[in-house]
Amino acid sequence: MRSFRGGVHPREGKEATEHKPIEVAPLPSRVVIPLSQHTGAPSRPVVQKGVRVKAGTMIGEPVGRVSVPTHSSISGTVADVVDLPHPLTGRPVATVIIDSDGQDELEATIGEQDHSHFTPEEIIEAVRRAGVVGLGGAAFPTFIKLSPPKEKPIDTLIINGCECEPYLTADHRLMLEKSHEIVEGIRFLARALGVSRVIIAIEDNKRDAVQLMTSVAAGPDIAVRELRTKYPQGAEKQLIKVLLGREVPSGGLPMDVGCVVQNVGTAVAVRDAVRFAKPLFERVVTVTGPAVAEPKNLRVRIGTLVSELVQFCGGYQGPVGKLIMGGPMMGIALASDKVPVLKGTSGILALGPEPESDESECIRCGRCIEACPMGLAPTRLHYHVRQRRFAQARAEHLLDCIECGCCAYVCPARIRLVHSFKFGKSEVLAQERK
Amino acid sequence: MAPKTPAEESTQLLVTASPHIHSAVTVEKLMWAVVIALAPALAGSVYFFGIKALKIIILSTAAAVVFDGLGQRLMGRKVTVWDGSAAVTGLLLAANLPPDVPWWLPVIGAAFATIVAKQLFGGLGHNFINPALAGRAFLTASWPTLMTTRWLAPRLGTVSGLGPAGLRLCTDAVTTATPLNVLKNGERLLAPGCEPAQLWQELQSWPVIKRLFLGNVGGSLGETSALLLLLGGILLIILRVIDWRIPVSYLVTVAILVLILPGPKTAPLQYLLFHLFSGGLILGAFYMATDYVTSPLTHKGRLIFGLGCGTLTVLIRRWGGYPEGVCYSILLMNVATPLIDRLVRTRLFGRRKEPR
Repeated sequence: MRSFRGGVHPREGKEATEHKPIEVAPLPSRVVIPLSQHTGAPSRPVVQKGVRVKAGTMIGEPVGRVSVPTHSSISGTVADVVDLPHPLTGRPVATVIIDSDGQDELEATIGEQDHSHFTPEEIIEAVRRAGVVGLGGAAFPTFIKLSPPKEKPIDTLIINGCECEPYLTADHRLMLEKSHEIVEGIRFLARALGVSRVIIAIEDNKRDAVQLMTSVAAGPDIAVRELRTKYPQGAEKQLIKVLLGREVPSGGLPMDVGCVVQNVGTAVAVRDAVRFAKPLFERVVTVTGPAVAEPKNLRVRIGTLVSELVQFCGGYQGPVGKLIMGGPMMGIALASDKVPVLKGTSGILALGPEPESDESECIRCGRCIEACPMGLAPTRLHYHVRQRRFAQARAEHLLDCIECGCCAYVCPARIRLVHSFKFGKSEVLAQERK
Repeated sequence: MAPKTPAEESTQLLVTASPHIHSAVTVEKLMWAVVIALAPALAGSVYFFGIKALKIIILSTAAAVVFDGLGQRLMGRKVTVWDGSAAVTGLLLAANLPPDVPWWLPVIGAAFATIVAKQLFGGLGHNFINPALAGRAFLTASWPTLMTTRWLAPRLGTVSGLGPAGLRLCTDAVTTATPLNVLKNGERLLAPGCEPAQLWQELQSWPVIKRLFLGNVGGSLGETSALLLLLGGILLIILRVIDWRIPVSYLVTVAILVLILPGPKTAPLQYLLFHLFSGGLILGAFYMATDYVTSPLTHKGRLIFGLGCGTLTVLIRRWGGYPEGVCYSILLMNVATPLIDRLVRTRLFGRRKEPR
């Protein structure tokens, strides 16, 4: 099996939820929907306090080219439109708060479409209008990935079912329970891109999903590939390298090597968007971790508070040290559980209180360099950032860091390398804007 | 137990950057692994050289821990002597000393190693040369006689490794010449009426090689038993505490150069094994050249580092002023390490061709 450089093998922790079918989370009485849930410009509110909305009603319209609309996830009344701190960045962002009427009425436009004659442009427009973003975590608007410039021909669509983050099983369950929907979504995606080669990539810790997807999807144009379980197998650049032997150039995008990578969850969202004109207002979230009483995979309305999901999972079990949105390797630690699930939220992870060990001095063991899938020298980059030598850090390719966390995971001195690189990158970019 | 209310919860949450899980490897575990790996060889030294060796080991280690802590205190750093790095320095320094030196020698050596070579340059992670080797080099320069003549015959053998029956050295040399010393100065040490050829032949005989392998010869107290050092060294490689690249490239370089360079070879295989098992080569290759702080960061850099150590060792042994070259070879390559790290980089994923 072809592999990629570096990477780590953290304990998977998926056993708590991998055999649990997706349950529908109870309809929330109130949702909190920030209008910035995607990479790019936030959408602009188009509803005011007191307005009645249904599930699927557009509440935020896109602003600029890299932006998507945002939709209500329940039916009810807009309780407020207010700037609130974003759950992940903490920066204030326009947020629509909706109180449920308990009816869960759908927007009238949602329903079976006559999609068989859709042109690629019509598919892409349906995806854009539905506010579909990458559900793997980065939340990049999907319609942009489907509209590469003409000079970048795409020959391969890669469907990412790796789910290499420990603890998370949302994609795994989706593949087991929604394999036909995934394939339907893949057909739309392939049509939009005009590609005839599709590869579904799944790590070998999900053999059942590999088998099922092979029997459902494999054919002359769709191949299912089982990959070795190794973090970050599901990182776009590493995935392309392993599947096709192509390297996305430094600073480039998958389309520079003729690829588009979409997560399996995104494929389902695309299917719903194209076939039913259904906006993206719900997703599958794994709620898990040693501090959750009954870990579950849940189908959740966007905007549901994390606290409500944890309550539905039996509440917290023992003291909670960290509450994480996403997986343990790349997820964001939350300061409170009163924050909403976003389009990019693949998991909620509650970890027990582990004493955060102090950073000690780098002993130059080189483990971070061995682990870096991008071929960087994290210890040197950290040294440059710490000395505020941002130009030097940039020259040693700080901007190529994908923040996967492998370096910090292996560091025996527990140096907060990713923290350092996030800061360093923002400083480098700030200096370049000057 | 009733679920806690979110309000209760939110006040206690720890917010730090990802990742939120870590491998179990810590600096402390790595250092204590080296201590454990050194244990067989040091226990062997007590077996071979008696209680004097134990005294040196304890003095050196205790002094290293105390002076390292003192150095940290003086430099206004956090005192972290229990991370094991000072203990490793003390044990390695002891391993590098003749077993019959006065009690104050290891103490002064440990003080130099920890305060001058380590803490004055910034403490753990910042020293540019291996502290234990710096201590040894300092002692050798300051008390050359103590450092080169205080050998003890091991429990069951001779300092030189030559069998008592076939001893062909002059009286003086019998107690002062280690195997490498005999190799270097054999002609001068020869008893009257003996042919050098006889000496070379005996030096490269299987009984001598066996004594070298087991440690039944004279030398620095922790360096004599290739067998016990290899046990610990291989353990360190299996546990992935050290990178195999440094010892392997070091030893392979020595082996190749010894075979192709001129020397008093009577039996090539035994001559090769004599070089590998004598002196401080195994100790140096597995325990000192692999010191993280003073060796290169990258795989390729480490291969170059081992190549450099091996080349210098053979050159010093063959043509240098000392019978043994391991200590200075590693120190010289320590100094070359920043240069190696500057020139040898990992390949960036997706690197574009850069215009020159």
